[in-house]
Amino acid sequence: MVRENNNLDRSFPSDYKNYNLWSGFLFGLGLVAFIDETLFHQLLHWHHFYDKRTLDIGLVADGLFHAFSWFATIGGLFLLADLKRKKSFWLKRWWGGVTLGGGGFQLYDGIIQHKLMRIHQIRYVENVIFYDWVWNTIASVMIIIGLVLVIRTRKESQQFRGDPSNA
Amino acid sequence: MHNENLHHGLEGLSDSILLVTFILLLILYVLAASISNRDFKRWSLSRMSFWFLGVFCLTMGGVGPIAHLAHKDFTAHMLGHLLVGMLAPLFIVLSAPMTLVLRILPVKTARRLSRFLRSWPLGLLTDPFFTSLLNVGGLWFLYTTGFYSLMYQSILLHIFIHLHIFISGYLFTASIIYIDPTSHRRSFMYRAIACLIALSGHEVLSKYIYIHPPVGVATAEAEMGGMLMYYGGDVIDVILIFILCLQWYNASKSKGRVNQPVNASSGLSTD
Repeated sequence: MVRENNNLDRSFPSDYKNYNLWSGFLFGLGLVAFIDETLFHQLLHWHHFYDKRTLDIGLVADGLFHAFSWFATIGGLFLLADLKRKKSFWLKRWWGGVTLGGGGFQLYDGIIQHKLMRIHQIRYVENVIFYDWVWNTIASVMIIIGLVLVIRTRKESQQFRGDPSNA
Repeated sequence: MHNENLHHGLEGLSDSILLVTFILLLILYVLAASISNRDFKRWSLSRMSFWFLGVFCLTMGGVGPIAHLAHKDFTAHMLGHLLVGMLAPLFIVLSAPMTLVLRILPVKTARRLSRFLRSWPLGLLTDPFFTSLLNVGGLWFLYTTGFYSLMYQSILLHIFIHLHIFISGYLFTASIIYIDPTSHRRSFMYRAIACLIALSGHEVLSKYIYIHPPVGVATAEAEMGGMLMYYGGDVIDVILIFILCLQWYNASKSKGRVNQPVNASSGLSTD
């Protein structure tokens, strides 16, 4: 998942390009899952702990993603700390990862988990389709922003190889 | 009536036995630490506190109101399960009991013990996939078969299940985070994946319990107990994942700077 850090020259941002992306991606995924849990489950009580229509595969997917999201949040932040320690942190690239990971998870949650596996709905109201549209649109916008950032930073790293803090 | 009295009598007896055992455990650790202090660097106070916390969790799970309520109330049972199977093992692993034992044993015996720790059966018992199966697999067996309802009927079965829950919890925790010297070491990724699968298995089981109450448990109680298992488990999982990642972070630092001596100042990394 993360490539070995045996790079001899640490001053090139391109060497840590993917590392920055992964750190952001994992943290973004974990962050969105965390917001989902705190805001929609615990504070608003829109999401239900269990919906009778849940498919069996939904239970397994929920357990796996719930556990993975903790790993992603904590692991992503430790990767960030490691990048900072190696003076290779690249904020713009990292944000690309955050929005890509966060948007990707939200879209997966909104379409696969809510609709196909029917783990739970966003809110138990009649016009839930409206909520679905807002949810998945936000997810798509995040993915697009993430993709733009990732592509732009890749071009930047190809254009010049200089100071890694140049974001 | 007669049975009830007998039951209370037994409960009182087992309470006293357990209490004495737990107090002995505390005394033994303090004694061992003071023996170790004669020849080695002072045994750290934080490790000693972890041992006390661990034994305290075991006491809460085994004696007193939570343990007594657990017979009737599934939520209390689940709280006891979190204390005995997850929190106590975590604290006890953090208190580095094996390091302490190896320090105070005579050299010959200590060598024999460390040879035993390097043997192949111990290789199995320190494999995170095997300990996950032992730990979470055991829980699946307990809650999804009729086994759970038998547990509070036979005192022997009761003791066996609680010992299993604690020991498998300890082996699991010790196979994920390395505090004591571990001879069969696995890579970070290997442990992380095993831990992820075990934690997911735990989460899926807690929702399964919410949906399908174990034999003899009322629906409302199973729902409360299942949610407690889900979110209570989360809290301890987060600590476990944090320590695992911290150990990776510390280890990768020393790997990156080959020429510098390994910095062993952090209390959480013994190597």
